[in-house]
Amino acid sequence: MSRLILPRQGFQPSRRAVLAGGAAVFAMAAAPRARAQEPKKGGEFRLVASGNTSDSHDPATWGTSGIINIGLWGAVYNNLTEVHPSGEVIGELAESFEPSADARTWTFRLRDGITFHGGQTLEAADVAASINHHRGENSTSSAKGIVAPIADIRVPDAKTVVFELNQGNADFPFILTDYHLVIGKAVEGAIDWETPNGTGGYTFVSHNPGVRMVLERNADYWKDGRAHFDRVELISIRDPAARMNALVTGEVDAISSVDIKSMSLLARAPEIEVMETPGTQHYTFPMWCDQAPFDDVNVRQALKLGLDREAMLQTILQGHGSVGRDSPITPANRFFDPELAVPTYDPEQARALLKKAGHDRLAVDLSAADAAFAGAVDAATLFQESGSAAGIDLNVIREPDDGYWSNVWLKKPFCACYWAGRPTEDWMFSQVYASDSQWNDAHWKNERFDSLLLEARAELDQDKRAEMYGEMQRIVATDGGTIIPLYANYVDARNSRIATGEQVSTANALDGWKCIERWWVA
Amino acid sequence: MSGGLARMIAVRIGLGALTLLLISGLIFGAMGLLPGDVAEAILGQNRTPETVAALRTQLGLDQPAWSRYLDWIGGMLTGDFGKSLASGRPVADLIGGRLVNTLSLAAYAALISVPLSIALGILAALYRGRLADRGISIGALTAISMPDFFVAYVMIFLFAVTWGLLPSLAAVTPDAGLGEWLYRATLPALALTLATSAHMLRMTRASIVNVLASPYVEMAKLKGLTPSRVVVRHALPNALAPIINVVAVNLAFLIVGVVVVETVFVYPGLGQLLVDSVAARDVPVVQAACLIFAAAYVSLNLLADILAILTNPRLRTAR
Repeated sequence: MSRLILPRQGFQPSRRAVLAGGAAVFAMAAAPRARAQEPKKGGEFRLVASGNTSDSHDPATWGTSGIINIGLWGAVYNNLTEVHPSGEVIGELAESFEPSADARTWTFRLRDGITFHGGQTLEAADVAASINHHRGENSTSSAKGIVAPIADIRVPDAKTVVFELNQGNADFPFILTDYHLVIGKAVEGAIDWETPNGTGGYTFVSHNPGVRMVLERNADYWKDGRAHFDRVELISIRDPAARMNALVTGEVDAISSVDIKSMSLLARAPEIEVMETPGTQHYTFPMWCDQAPFDDVNVRQALKLGLDREAMLQTILQGHGSVGRDSPITPANRFFDPELAVPTYDPEQARALLKKAGHDRLAVDLSAADAAFAGAVDAATLFQESGSAAGIDLNVIREPDDGYWSNVWLKKPFCACYWAGRPTEDWMFSQVYASDSQWNDAHWKNERFDSLLLEARAELDQDKRAEMYGEMQRIVATDGGTIIPLYANYVDARNSRIATGEQVSTANALDGWKCIERWWVA
Repeated sequence: MSGGLARMIAVRIGLGALTLLLISGLIFGAMGLLPGDVAEAILGQNRTPETVAALRTQLGLDQPAWSRYLDWIGGMLTGDFGKSLASGRPVADLIGGRLVNTLSLAAYAALISVPLSIALGILAALYRGRLADRGISIGALTAISMPDFFVAYVMIFLFAVTWGLLPSLAAVTPDAGLGEWLYRATLPALALTLATSAHMLRMTRASIVNVLASPYVEMAKLKGLTPSRVVVRHALPNALAPIINVVAVNLAFLIVGVVVVETVFVYPGLGQLLVDSVAARDVPVVQAACLIFAAAYVSLNLLADILAILTNPRLRTAR
C-alpha cells in the first residue's frame, strides 16, 4: 500500500470539515450523484475532448490538448504519484515515498511486478529517463520549469529512485503528478514516445490528431478497482454547440467545458447529468507593478475595488463559480484561507484611493480576448462599466485570439489571463507570484512574500505551513498586482448510463482528467 | 482544331504551375508576417525564453527565411512535402486522409447540388414570372442569405435532435464502410447543397432566359415545339458556357470553403487542418494545404474553360 505522507500529518480537522461540508452541499445542488454501486467491467465510453491536428505524443510538448492529457496522461501512462479524488497525494507507480528531514532528498520505492504494455518490467532507470527527458541545458520541454528544482536523480537499485532537490520542498510528490511527467520505457536512457507504451489501465490503439484517439482496456492492469471500459474513444469537438449536440443526441457519453450559455438546454434532456466541481482554475487581470500607474499600491487596490465581481460572476459564469479574492489559492486548494476577505464592489473607497494616489480620474488600457478565458472581452467591458463609477476610465482593447499568449500576455501592462491553477500553494506561487518566477505576469516583487515562500516550501509541519500560506494569501490579495475576480467551476456533463465514484476529483475537469480510469458503464 | 486545343491546354497548365509557385511565395511571406512562430505556439503559456530558443534551433527556424523557403521548394519538386514542425509527422500523412475526406464530401454535395440547381434553374426559366419561378427563387435566395453555420445548426436541430434521423457528428473513421459514411456525411452534404445551389440555380435561370429572347428560339417556338423541348434542346446548349463556369467556381468552393461546416459537424477535412496549422504556425502544413486549394481552383477553372470551348463551336475556331 502506498504511504500517505503529506496530508495525513497536518490537516486541521476544522479546515477539512469546512471543505468537505462545502463539497457535499455542492454535490447535492449540482447533480444527483449516481447511486452508490459497484463498478463493473465492460462497455464502451465515448468522450469529447479538444484535440489539435498538431498534437504530438512527446510529453515535452503537452499542454493544450485534452485528448492527449486525458487519453495519454490519464489512461495510457502512470506517474510516480497521483492526486486521489480526496485531494491527497498518493503513490501511483511508487509504493512509498519519504523525504529527508530538510525535505531536500526524496526517496521513492517502486511497486513490484509492474509491466509496460509492451511486456517490459518497470525499473528505476525508466523513471530517471522519463524525468530527465525534460531536464538539461538543451531541453525544449514545456515542463523544464517544473523539473528545474531537481538537482540530481539517482538510481541506487532497480526499485529505488532518489531525487536531490536544490532546496527543500515538502510538496515534491505533488509535482510528480504533473501531466508532463509520465513514465515511459527507457532503452539505453532514451524513450521512444512515438508509439505510446505505458503502464496505465488502457493500451493505445490509434490516434488521428485533431480527430480521435482509440484505447482498449489493459487486462493486466496492476491497479485494483480501476479501468472498467473495454474500449474508449476520445473525439475532438471544438465547437461548443457541436459538443452539446453530440451529447444530447447520444453520440458521445461525456463532455467537459459545458457551454454555460446554453446549459439550460441540457436540463431538458433527462438522461444527461451535469456535474459541477469547484476547482483551482481562476481568471486574472495582471498589471505591471513596475510601471505607472500600477506601481502605486493605492491604484492597484482602487482597481480591485472598482470591479463588480458579483455581477461578473452572474454574467460571465452565470453563477457557476465563486467570487475571487485576488489570491490564486482557491477553495479547492489545501491551504485556502476561508477567512480571507471577500472583496466587494466599493466605488467610493476606490475613488478615495485614487485621490490618495494623486489621480482625479484614472485612464488605463486593458487588453482582452476570449482566448484568455471564455467571456474575457465581456468581463473587461463589465469592468469598464463598474469602474467608471469609481473614477476609472478603462479603455478595453479587443485583441485577436490568435497568438494571444505570444503577443499580448506578458507583453502588455494590463491584460486578461487564465490559470488552471496548481494542486499546491507552493507550485502556484513560485511559478507566477515569486519575484524571480518565469511567468510573473504582474512584475510583482514582495520580500516578505518571497521569504515566506522559501520557508513554507521546506516546512514539513502542516500547521505552520497553513499559517504561512494564510499570510501569503493576505499579502498577495492586498499588495499583489493581479486582480482575480473569479474562481470558475469545472462544468462537465455525462450521460447517466455512465457512473462515477462517490467522490469526484476537483483537481481538474472530468474527475481530474482520470474519468477513463475511474468511471464505468452503469 | 484539336492541335490548337491541345496547345491551349498546355499553355494553361504551364500558367497554372506558375500561379501555384507565386502563391507558395505569397503564403510563405504571409506566414512570416504573422506574429509569433511555431516554437512559441507549441510551448504556449508554458514557454520560457530558453526553451523557445532551443526549440527554434532544433526546428531550424534560426535559418533565414529565404533559405527555409528554398529548402521547402526543393523538397516539393522532388515530391517531398516535408514534416510538420509542430508534430514531426510527415505532411503527406497528415494531409492524405483528410484530402480524401474533403474531396468525397465535395463530390457528395456536388452530386446533389449540381443536378438539383440546374434542374430547378431550368424550371424557373420555363415558368419565369410565375408562381413556381418565384417560389424557387425566393427559396434559393433565402438559403444563400443565411450563414452556413446557421443552416447547419438548424439542420442538426431538426434532423438530429428533434427527429433523430441523422447523426449530428460526422466524425467519420477511415475504416467506415460506404453505408456508414453516407449516413454520417449526409447532413453536411445537405448543408453545403443549400449554401451553393442558389448561385448555380440563378445563373442557369439567367442564361436560359437570356437565350430565350434570341430569334432562333422564337423560330423554334414558331415551328410548334413544346416549351420543354425548346429549352432543353435549343436554349440550354447555348447557355451552357456561363453555367459551367459558375458550377466550377462552386465546386472549388465545396473543396476550399467548407471550414465552418466541417467545424459544426466535426468532419475531419482539410479546412480544419489548415485552420489548426495556421494557429500553430506550422508553415509546411499550411503551405501544402494552401497549394492543394489553389491547385483545385486552377484546375477546375481550366476544366471549365475547356468544357466551355467544347460545348460552343464558335469558340473552337481559331481566330
